[in-house]
Order: sequence, then structure tokens, then C-alpha cells
Amino acid sequence: MENRIRCYEEISSETFDTENVVTDSSSDQVDVEAVILKIFKQFEKSAEIEPEFPVIRKRVHCQLLKDYLRTLPQKYECLDASRTWIVYWVLHSLSLLNDMPDAETLSDVVKFLTLCQHDDGGYGGGPGQYPHLGTTYAAVNALSIIGTEEAYNSLDRSSLQKFLWTVRDVDGSFALHKGGEQDIRGAYCAVSIAKITNTYTDALFDKTAEWIVSCQTYEGGFAGCPGMEAHGGYAFCGIASLALLNKTHLCDVDALLRWCVNRQMRLEGGFQGRTNKLVDGCYSFWLGAAFPIISAILSQENKELLETVLFNQGALQEYVIICCQALPGGGFIDKPGKHRDVYHTCYALSGLSVAQHGTGAGDPFIVGRPSNELNRIHPLYNVAPHLAYNAVHYFIRHPPPVKDKN
Amino acid sequence: MSDSGDSDVAWTYYKDRPEWNDVTPVPEDEGPNLVVVIAHSEKFVDVYDYFRAVLQNNEKSERALHLTKDAVELNPANYTVWQYRRDLLKALGTDLRSELDYVELVIKNSPKNYQVWHHRRVLVEWLQDPSQELELTGDALMQDPKNYHAWQHRQWAIKTFGLYEKEMDFVDNLITDDVRNNSAWNQRYFIVNNHLGWSDLNVQREICYTLEKIKFIKNNESAWNYLKGVLIHDKRGLSGNAVVTSFCEELYKNKCRSPYLLAFIIDICDEAIKKGETNCLHNATRAVELCQALATKYDKIRSKYWNYMCEKFKKAQQEEENNKEKAANMDE
Repeated sequence: MENRIRCYEEISSETFDTENVVTDSSSDQVDVEAVILKIFKQFEKSAEIEPEFPVIRKRVHCQLLKDYLRTLPQKYECLDASRTWIVYWVLHSLSLLNDMPDAETLSDVVKFLTLCQHDDGGYGGGPGQYPHLGTTYAAVNALSIIGTEEAYNSLDRSSLQKFLWTVRDVDGSFALHKGGEQDIRGAYCAVSIAKITNTYTDALFDKTAEWIVSCQTYEGGFAGCPGMEAHGGYAFCGIASLALLNKTHLCDVDALLRWCVNRQMRLEGGFQGRTNKLVDGCYSFWLGAAFPIISAILSQENKELLETVLFNQGALQEYVIICCQALPGGGFIDKPGKHRDVYHTCYALSGLSVAQHGTGAGDPFIVGRPSNELNRIHPLYNVAPHLAYNAVHYFIRHPPPVKDKN
Repeated sequence: MSDSGDSDVAWTYYKDRPEWNDVTPVPEDEGPNLVVVIAHSEKFVDVYDYFRAVLQNNEKSERALHLTKDAVELNPANYTVWQYRRDLLKALGTDLRSELDYVELVIKNSPKNYQVWHHRRVLVEWLQDPSQELELTGDALMQDPKNYHAWQHRQWAIKTFGLYEKEMDFVDNLITDDVRNNSAWNQRYFIVNNHLGWSDLNVQREICYTLEKIKFIKNNESAWNYLKGVLIHDKRGLSGNAVVTSFCEELYKNKCRSPYLLAFIIDICDEAIKKGETNCLHNATRAVELCQALATKYDKIRSKYWNYMCEKFKKAQQEEENNKEKAANMDE
């Protein structure tokens, strides 16, 4: 009952009340709402004659993603140091859409990722680039999605573990690369990589949970580093790494939950990343995925299964499908008026999947026609659950040749 | 995204520069088949072919330093180039002051980039000179008062070098400009938390400040969140501060139904229940009513959450009633 779709009347009654005090924040918000309302209005009209609406144009998205897996236009030059990310975003999106490339293509991808693997361990954003925790996380996830022996065996885990040690600081935090910036993304990427590849040791993550907890802010969310503002991307990194470390009891989950629920926009249905900021399709994942994690924590604490996620799943699906699909070309966007890109495509789809499947218990709730259903994700790694388990188990069965020095 | 070199008439490719003819360019090793290959401009390919060569040879020279400038201009997010540039600066003993000016320029063009701000931070650390950081970040925040990178750099400089003195005025101005600027509220918390301290006096002052702002706009989540943040440091807790509770009840009586107000009263009730200090205003029954009002009327998008909270309070309500019964039985 709580998962029903909202009608236009309902949506339009939720417009922002400036209370006669217009500021930059409120006028930006009012502008976005005007555009979104127009789109919802238009949608309601077209839905009258097309009962299966809204539709995810899966075929169009898949075609674009498969093209991108081979070549990208010049405007992607700014992601030249993030090519393993592009690989992960594309493969994960295709995996959600249930349309994986053929074996030969995937084998090409493994060979490319091997070129990005650095002699010092870990992966750079492209061949010959320095190893970086973000691009290594992306490469490890991509290899998990591919899931072949070739993919698993291409990963040099002894040097990977050495790399993780070189970016670890004594306080338990992680720099993104040697000599690079330190923030909660580093901690999350390191934990996720180490857990999937079975290179995790207690010593490697000594004090990491405590450092992460010091990033929880008075608002309840997590910041990039202690003192900064709570932020959707960092909140995901915070709670997902604590969950992977089995240390969620160290943070204030009730405060996190309150902050997370408040990020859902009452009119748009999507999530904003910070208090009083604008909606953005990518937070469908960063905030959306925090919910199944929180539900799991609360179930553990209360010893009573919380089978649902505590956000409005229907409203999020409406926002992503109706407002964030780039058509006719394919891909997803931040918000209407913005250009599509692979990053937003991946995280809009990932968030959509969470909105459909919730905690994974019970039946999925699919807005629009049944074929809109996407595959599920594992909310801690953001790859499909079975692909995460397969990788984890493969690496447990095949321990790295060299044991951790510590 | 940078301009492609194709329209840049004055540009000479590295492959056409005599001073570079001793270097063999190293093309990107793409492997046998195309995977996420970006359609680079000719200039991009040329510059990076030479950058790869320099990196491979570990060449530490002035011309290499110059080359990294062209490389980051084409892609300021290339952390390898920035890292190598730092190694060059060290090896060559380059004047770091001019580097400071240079990175300032790059920051102005790419203010939302991790690498440029990190480069700046390393330089300031090397020089141990934070004298320009407040102005630099101030300028960036003038362009975008919520720029996360700028705030992070500013907090780092302030914390590392103790530059708190004028920060409260800076924050006051930003909050006056836009009372909904959550980054500014967060900075306010940062100053009190790291510098002024949460003395009783400071807690009271911050509460008064925040209540004034809430009076002005009731639906401002930033101010409500800050209020809750301040009250973490009030020994009497959320429910023990009479100024706050009466302020809230006054708003409620005056028909204010801001979801943040209702949520705040729920939190007061919650604390009172947990402390065993419920009263006629703050108890489980009130919390249940408010959760229902939020779920069905004032905050419908969050109805699932409020219904979940409601169930929790219903259990507490049951206990409250059981206790009352017990007390009544005892009286008999």
C-alpha cells in the first residue's frame, strides 16, 4: 500500500514553500521543481493512452553501453585517468539490464584491465598510470562481474595487498594513491577490494572503523573526512565499509537513518546528496543502497526482521525512469537539462534496482511494465549478489601465493 | 573538459619540437582489441605520448615539468601527472611560490576536482605558509558557496594552522546571504566544535542564534539539524532545555506544521521515554500522533519511515499504559 505510484495532483501539492524568503538555494530548488513538474504533467498525459508507462528503454541503453565498452567520444577525455571506472560502470549497467557482452569481448576487457595493473600492485586509471584505490576498486568489481577464471587469475593479489599497505595511514585511514588525498572513499575502496579478493587482514584495517566513525556528522550522515558536511556518496562509503568490517555498532544508525530518509525529495522523488541541495540521479544509488544496509543492521539489533527499505521506492523509480532517461539516445542523467554520461547511467540504474528489490526479501515492486525489472545488486559492493559471492569464494579457495607480512 | 588542440593555431606538437627529438614518444598500450578507447584529439595523443616517454625514462628536467603543465591542462583529473609533477618539483628544487600561483589558476578553471586541491595542499604543507588559503577558498566559495572541495581545503588550513579568528564572521555572512546554505551551517559547527568549545554559554548562544533563524524560516532543515547538533552538547539533552521546548511548543500552538518541527518534538518525546522522564507534553502517545500526522499529511514521501517509527512508539505506549495500570493497582 505504501508502495503505490503517486498521481500528478499529489506531486504538484508538494512544491517548495519559500516562506517569502527567497535565497539562492530556494530559487535553484524552485527552478528544478518547475521543470520536473512539467515532465510529470506531460508524462501523465502520455500515460493515459499508454497503460504500460513508464518504460525503461532497455534495448537503447544496452546498445549505447556496448558501444561505449569499445569506444567513447572525445568529451570523455576528462575520464582518461578513470578508464577502469568506465569499464566497471558499463559492465555493471549491462549486468543490471541482463545483457552481458559475449565471452570474446569480456576476454578483451580482462586483457585491457591487465594492462592497467601496475607492477607495484593495484590498478591505474589506464595502462601505465599509477595505482589508485578508486580505479582498483573499479577493476576488481569489473573482474568480479566478468567472473571467469581468466578474470580472477589476472589479478595479482600479493602485489595488491602490498599496494593496500602503501596507501594505509597509521590512523587507519587510506589515501587514494601514494602521495594522494585521503578521504572516506579510500577507506571504502580498500575494504571492499580486500574483502572481495581475500586480501583482508585485521592488521591492514586496524583503527579504520574508528576513523570512519569520526566522519559521521551531527546531521547523521558521513562526510569525506572528519569535520566536513554529510554527503550522500560519503555516507554510502561510511556505512558500507562499517558493514564490511562488522563494526556498524560503533556509529549512530538511527541518526544516519533519519538523515538518509530526509534526502528523498518530496516532489521529485529522487535523492539529493546534501541538505538543501538539488536532486541528482546518481544519489539514487548512494543513498538508495544505504537503506538495505540500514535495514539489515536494524534487523540484527532488534532481532526482528525488517524486510523492507524505509524510503519511497515508487517515487524514486518514477524520478529515475521518467526524469532521468536520456532518450532517444540512451543513458541516464543527473536531472532534466543535463547531459548523459556513463557514471550517471550506472548509478541511476543501480539505484533503480534497489528501489525495485528493496532488501531482496519478498517480491520486487516494479513501477511500469513488468519487463522494467532489473537484476539485483549486492548493496555493499554494487555488483550482482551472486557475482560478489562467486568472486569471494573463488579467492577464498585460491589464497594468494604470498601471505601478508603482518 | 578541455578545448581540443585542433583549433589552436599557435600550437606546435611535441613531435615537431626540435628540443624533444631525442625522445621517442610512447603510444598508449591499448592491447589487441578496443576497450573503452577515448577518441582523443591529436594534441591530447601527442602530449600524452611524450608524457608516457618521460615517465618511463623517469626524466627529471625543466622540459618535463613544462610538459606536465600541458598534460594537466588537457586533463586536470590525471593524478599520475600531478604526482609526477610533484616529484619533479622536488627533484628540480623549483620555486614553489610560482607553483602556488600556477595551481591557483588551475583551481579557478577546475574548482571541482580532487587533484588540484590536493596539489595545493601539498604545496602549502611544503611551504608551511597558509597565508593565501582563506582568500583562495573564499573566492571559490563566492562562485559556489557549497563547493565541497573548497570547504575541505579551508577546514584543513584552518585546523592545521589555527586560522579560526575571523571564521565566524565569514560563516555569519554566508548564512545571512543564504540561510539555507547547509555547508555554512556545517562550518559553524566546525568552528564551535574545534575552536570555541561547547561551554554552557556557547551552547546557549548557538541555540538562540539558531532559533532566531528558525523563526525566520520554519522549513529550513539546515537550521533544525544544527539545533539538534548543538543540543548533543547540552548536558540536559534534547528535552531538558526549556528555551527550546517552549519555542517548539509555541510554534506548534501557532499551527506550524513544518515536518522538521514535528520530527524534533518526536525526538524530544523519544529522549523523554528513554530517560523515563515523560510528561504530559512529551510521551509515547504524542509521538505516535505526530508520526501518524507526518506519515499521512505533512511528510508523505517519508510515510514508510514514519510508520516504522510509529510502531516503535506504540510499543513504548503500551509499556506506558502497563506502567500506569501497575501504579493504579499498587494504589489499590
